[in-house]
Amino acid sequence: MLKISGLEKTFNPGTVNAKTALAGLDLYLEDGDFVTVIGGNGAGKSTLLNAIAGVWKPDFGKIELDGLDITGMPEHKRAKFLGRVFQDPMMGTAPDMEIAENLAIAARRGTKRRFVWGIKKGERERYKELLATLELGLESRLTSKVGLLSGGQRQAVTLLMATLNRPKLLLLDEHTAALDPKTASKVLKLTDKIVSENKLTTLMITHNMHDAIAYGNRLIMMHEGRVVVDVSGEEKKKLTIEQLLQLFEQSSGSKFGSDKAILSK
Amino acid sequence: MAFLNALPGAVAQGLIWGLVAIGIYISYKILDIADLSVDGSFATGACICVVAIANGVPVWLSIILSFLAGAVAGAVTGLLHTALGVPSILAGILTQLSLYSINLQLIMGGRSNFPFSSIPFYTGNTDFTPDSLLLRMSDKVASIIVPLLFVAAVIVLLWLFFYTEIGLTIKSTGDNPAMSKAQGVNINLNKVIGLAISNGIVALAGALLAQYQGFADVTMGTGAIVIGLAAIFIGLSVSLKIKPNFVVSLIGVVGGSIVYYVIFTVVMLLGLHTNYLKLLSAMIVAIFLAVPYLKKEYFSKRKHQRVSVAVESESEGGDADA
Ligand SMILES: Nc1ncnc2c1ncn2[C@@H]1O[C@H](COP(=O)(O)OP(=O)(O)O)[C@@H](O)[C@H]1O
Ligand SMILES: [Mg+2]
Repeated sequence: MLKISGLEKTFNPGTVNAKTALAGLDLYLEDGDFVTVIGGNGAGKSTLLNAIAGVWKPDFGKIELDGLDITGMPEHKRAKFLGRVFQDPMMGTAPDMEIAENLAIAARRGTKRRFVWGIKKGERERYKELLATLELGLESRLTSKVGLLSGGQRQAVTLLMATLNRPKLLLLDEHTAALDPKTASKVLKLTDKIVSENKLTTLMITHNMHDAIAYGNRLIMMHEGRVVVDVSGEEKKKLTIEQLLQLFEQSSGSKFGSDKAILSK
Repeated sequence: MAFLNALPGAVAQGLIWGLVAIGIYISYKILDIADLSVDGSFATGACICVVAIANGVPVWLSIILSFLAGAVAGAVTGLLHTALGVPSILAGILTQLSLYSINLQLIMGGRSNFPFSSIPFYTGNTDFTPDSLLLRMSDKVASIIVPLLFVAAVIVLLWLFFYTEIGLTIKSTGDNPAMSKAQGVNINLNKVIGLAISNGIVALAGALLAQYQGFADVTMGTGAIVIGLAAIFIGLSVSLKIKPNFVVSLIGVVGGSIVYYVIFTVVMLLGLHTNYLKLLSAMIVAIFLAVPYLKKEYFSKRKHQRVSVAVESESEGGDADA
């Protein structure tokens, strides 16, 4: 379903600050794959998701989604296929707009915006039901400005927005990292529920090795702009953190040491 | 007494400039763009209106033409910014400057000032009578009712527009561009549409002011952005306390504009020369921008001091690593 080949991206090329964030990355995702992505700080995880989302064009390589070459497609056009939740809870919602308005905009992802009412009759009822499934009491606050919500609530709403109009691919970039542990685990469980109920193909970046093992059917580890570990199926189910660290050292040829602080167990 | 005599004029001008403020509200508050092209499009609206009427175009049609001309100007600014990568401030300045030449030479045929009364001399169009204008300074009732109707119509239309699918995404474009793109919104197109609407409304106001004062002048838009912002700040300082909603905000903004012209009328009656109008508006805008900033600076400094005190007491006895 997602086929990435030879993806390369260098930031600030030709300067002293040149940084190769993606170094010929290959990745193939099956329909329904729920892949967790781990790797040290600066490994290129966010850059990979941004390349898929079309934030900028890669220097080399190709990104195909269901056989369609989307490598050069503008970000707002390929949004039709993608659901995205960012690390920063402020980034996924429009704070000065009502919850219902945010959802209505998301419900029309991938359609041409027309000169008709932005929220149709009956839509609010549907949003109420969906918000109720978050179990955050938001179903009674449809007309509240999103800016008044907490980080966790905003992230849950963003998750709903990303999946309201079923995406071919769901991209989650450390979307619980900015939340307190209790809220983070709640949002993560919600994510798992939405992903499995809708059988969404998902790439989820996390800095938490435990979560990376506990969730999804496949785990990849990135290092210096490449995928260095790729575990799935039964092998992934039985994986332990110690094994994961060992795998990392073998394949990257470097000690985990400095990354330990970043990848929490 | 002098004040009561001057009051209708202040209200009429306040209402007309209220439209300018509404236009600027769309660019500055909704799209989050400080669009300086309005200085040009305001004059364009006035010039187009006089010249079109001089050439026998019906008054109502000439007002529509003014709106369209302003909309084109706004779209040009939007395209300079989104399609050609010119920073938005500079894009507005480029349009504004171009419009000065266009207004002066292309529209007004080299005249910097064009009174309606001179129409028969310039065009030989003797059919024109000042009575056909929608409003005139000498008609105190019409000069308030007509702008009031336009203000009401514009507010209602904008209110409806921003509830449409396109309208909602224009709001989100300014509110959170990253989210908008992720939700498939073409934010570049939306900026162009928003700036077109904004400048169209400003040009419409220019057409009304030309009729009110009886002439168009190529310099009449100078500082329009600042006057509009002053009206917005005055208006929102009150209306946001009542209810932070779109229609209330727009009504507040028009109210702010009227308050501005009333204050100005008073200051003038106290002996200040009209030429100080622009200095006054600049000062109002500077104050409204500075006060929240200084408040924040002052409070964050105090907080910072408190934190550093706390850190010091915590690291008692240890080596200071500050
Ligand atoms: N927009 C950018 N401009 C310059 N450098 C960038 C940019 N985005 C990422 N980088 C650099 O690319 C590398 C990979 O970053 P990123 O993909 O964010 O890593 P992570 O795996 O932590 O998400 C880092 O060294 C980072 O500094
Ligand atoms: Mg990252």
